[in-house]
Amino acid sequence: MAYETVIGLEVHVELKTAAKVFCGCDARFGAEANTRTCPGCLGFPGSLPVLNKQAVNFTIMAGLALHCRIAPFSRFHRKQYFYPDLPGAYQISQYDLPLCEKGRLEIVTPEGKRTIGINRIHLEEEAGRTYHSGSGPEGYSLLDHNRSGLGLIEIVSEPDLRSPAEARTYLEKLQTILQYIEVSDCKMEEGSFRCDANISLRPVGGKDFGRRVELKNLNSFKAIQAALEYEEGRQSALLDAGTPLEREESRAWDETRGSTVFMRPKEKAGDYRYFPDPDLVPVVVDDGWVEKVRQSLPELPEIKRERYIKEYGLPLYDADVLSSSRPTAEFFEAVVKAYGGDVKVVSNWVMVELARLLNMEKMELPAAKITPESLAGLLKMVDEGTISGKIAKTVFTEMFYSGKKPRQIVEEKGLVQISDKDLITAVVQKVIAGNPDSVADYRGGKTKALGFLVGQVMKETRGRANPAMANTLLREELDK
Amino acid sequence: MELCTMCLGELRKALDNKEASSKEITAAFLKRIRGFNPELNALVTVTEEEALAAAGEADTRLARGNGVTPLTGIPVAVADNICTQGVRTTCSSRMLEDFIPPYDATIVSRLKQAGAVLIGKTNLDEFAAGTSTEYSRFGPARNPWDVNRTPGGAGGAAAAVAAGLAPLAVGSDTGGSLRRAAAFCGITGIKPAYGRVSRYGLAALGSSLEQAGPLARRVDDAAALYRVIAGPDPYDTTCLPTPVEDLDRLEEGIDGLKIGIPREYFTGAELLPEMKNLLLSTVKSLEEMGVRTVEVSLPSTRYALAAHILLAAAEGGSNLARYDGVRYGYRSPETKDIFSLYTKTRQEGFGDEVKRRIITGTLVLSTECYNDYYLRAQKIRTLVIKDFSKAFSGCDLILAPVNSGLPPKVGEKRSNPLDMYLEEYFTVAANLTGIPALSVPGGLVDGLPAGVQLMGPAGAERTLLRVARRLETVAGELLIPARKK
Repeated sequence: MAYETVIGLEVHVELKTAAKVFCGCDARFGAEANTRTCPGCLGFPGSLPVLNKQAVNFTIMAGLALHCRIAPFSRFHRKQYFYPDLPGAYQISQYDLPLCEKGRLEIVTPEGKRTIGINRIHLEEEAGRTYHSGSGPEGYSLLDHNRSGLGLIEIVSEPDLRSPAEARTYLEKLQTILQYIEVSDCKMEEGSFRCDANISLRPVGGKDFGRRVELKNLNSFKAIQAALEYEEGRQSALLDAGTPLEREESRAWDETRGSTVFMRPKEKAGDYRYFPDPDLVPVVVDDGWVEKVRQSLPELPEIKRERYIKEYGLPLYDADVLSSSRPTAEFFEAVVKAYGGDVKVVSNWVMVELARLLNMEKMELPAAKITPESLAGLLKMVDEGTISGKIAKTVFTEMFYSGKKPRQIVEEKGLVQISDKDLITAVVQKVIAGNPDSVADYRGGKTKALGFLVGQVMKETRGRANPAMANTLLREELDK
Repeated sequence: MELCTMCLGELRKALDNKEASSKEITAAFLKRIRGFNPELNALVTVTEEEALAAAGEADTRLARGNGVTPLTGIPVAVADNICTQGVRTTCSSRMLEDFIPPYDATIVSRLKQAGAVLIGKTNLDEFAAGTSTEYSRFGPARNPWDVNRTPGGAGGAAAAVAAGLAPLAVGSDTGGSLRRAAAFCGITGIKPAYGRVSRYGLAALGSSLEQAGPLARRVDDAAALYRVIAGPDPYDTTCLPTPVEDLDRLEEGIDGLKIGIPREYFTGAELLPEMKNLLLSTVKSLEEMGVRTVEVSLPSTRYALAAHILLAAAEGGSNLARYDGVRYGYRSPETKDIFSLYTKTRQEGFGDEVKRRIITGTLVLSTECYNDYYLRAQKIRTLVIKDFSKAFSGCDLILAPVNSGLPPKVGEKRSNPLDMYLEEYFTVAANLTGIPALSVPGGLVDGLPAGVQLMGPAGAERTLLRVARRLETVAGELLIPARKK
């Protein structure tokens, strides 16, 4: 029996605001434990929440980037439960009136473009971190409240995803967009991007949804895809055996075992006793406010990609890679502007040489010492014939590590290309004189020997001879 | 001169004319506290050292003559559910018995800025959940008029002012505690309009219902204290961002004003006949001053109390959830895991009434009950708001009882918690609607004080105070019989 996989994703994203969402504490990552706290985010008697406007703006930005309707009227609810890392015993969140609704995200799959619906985006606060040590009577737990009260947006997709691979693509795309508009670092390893997945199966062509399983403890994109694939298989086997899921449940992904493990039934989720938070007033967002936020958004990746294809004539793959990260796109566009030459040349250098070095050094673009102007300068030097393409790669590597300008490097290392006909002719003659066997081979019909001889010319000139010219002049001399 | 019998105006004059220093005045009140507080149990903490230090600073300010406000050098007592930095704030609960806040409530920082002298923290029902201070961890406060009787919910603060332990006090009012205590002790108490006084630092119980307000023996004194603590506060989002209304020229005449008498508060309500008579004679006095009275109807009155009970429990239960022994406050000594830490700490840390509120509140907000209880209570709240709006379209303010009868004897009402809730029958509407309300002494019934409640629409504070000033001339200043003074 063929089954259709139905997947929905809930993503929590920590906002990169300067302060926490309901108090003025510094929101940046990585400080000594419990040094970024105040009576508000510690739930002291008499403390009150005050809404951070930047957090609302960031939420609206995310909503606009995902084509959501921004609610003109929304409010905060208390979600109540007891856990030591939740200082007030309630999380300020949103319930029936979220800030953003009914959006979409387009993803590119091997089968083509697909539109995934976004049900809602709402703003809420983070809880603290708990560190467990030992167990039994000797065990203890430590609480760090630096994270308590951090702004969080929850992005809930419609159950429109149809495969684990699609789910991964969706997450990668979502991460790109949110990083693009700079509302979050979106780093799974730092906890600023977290995902829970819901998956169910139904017969192909079926209209009703099957019983779903919620997957938790998914710590990387790889794990998410693997967990969904595993669960797909598990549920499919159960259906084939005639023992479909009896109830909705939550399962945890076990990385070491490579399987999902039962956690608890979904009904036992607990009654959160939601009610509107009486300490906060509703949020009223008018058209003017939305428009102002819209103006502040950068050109989004999908628009950029289309523009690269149209304006620069780049193929889809190249356009996709270059537009996929904002630093890359901005760097690329700056080089194009400064260089003024063939865009495909630029695209090649950015996608191949630059990417290679960044990867090797495990660096991100903003940290690289190369500026768009210096790369443009390098390309111009190649066009001018000052250096060969091959030498340029050496210069580029030096630029990457030292931050020096190309002209400076070329001068310091004496790498200026030799295009002096007489000079090269002299070297050619020397090489011919010094390699009688190869010359004989060539004259005997082995055209491959030419390559060897050209190589010798390059060796003699320490790579600086203009290779095309060396080739031509060699042939001339040999054919004499 | 008997400093402790002086009202604010007289103390101010004495200070300004250098007839007494703040240190002398403060010392006088501290002495009186030492003498009478053991019996009255009005103050939970007396900040003797801090008060004398603050008084010294006030004297310096007065000598230099800069930054002098009406409150500079004047002792003020603050209810123990309002956070005072470095000074124990217990909320009259075992849960916070040794809790020392690292910050001041906005009310307190404003008092300090004005140069007032914090003299101590007053007794109240545990977390303000109650009507008599009988639910206090430290035992009930006593009514200075009859120590066998309770002084009402904000009882410690009211008793302190009435007995001359402090000239001014600040207490909180979630369902009437402040007004009722003022009435039981023969003084004036104001529940400001919701959003007029910052709640930052006031340990929350009924977040959408409560306000802290002034207690004093004279209306002018209460108004002066109100001016200092009221006003916009960026730390409290529910605090109105508009400046406090003008409260000048309170001595202006009141003839021509129209006062509404709510039918439902006088017929069918369980008013002691003597209380009813006192109120009716108060109405007559007002009419003689040129005020016109008109009957108004508030049909939602029969549901208001029930709605208040449910909403106060829902919000209160939620606000009390943070007291769990994890970050501060009481923690049960022998626990083996997080579950027992939570359950034992809260079992041992909270008193019965607080537990009742939490359980009720949890039920009210549960999925099964939300629509029938919480949502419906909020709808009734809207009806109460509409009733008052309609009434105010035909009158300038409303006169009503504060309490149905005499201050209950200690222990009298504890057998049935519901009886205690019923005592707030006349006062909950002002909390539900957020309108300003006050209690001013109306006279004596059986030798014990009785108060008159005035309620007005938003922005009517000046009108309320003008009428209250006139009324206090009718009752005269109620002074506690000689043996207590």
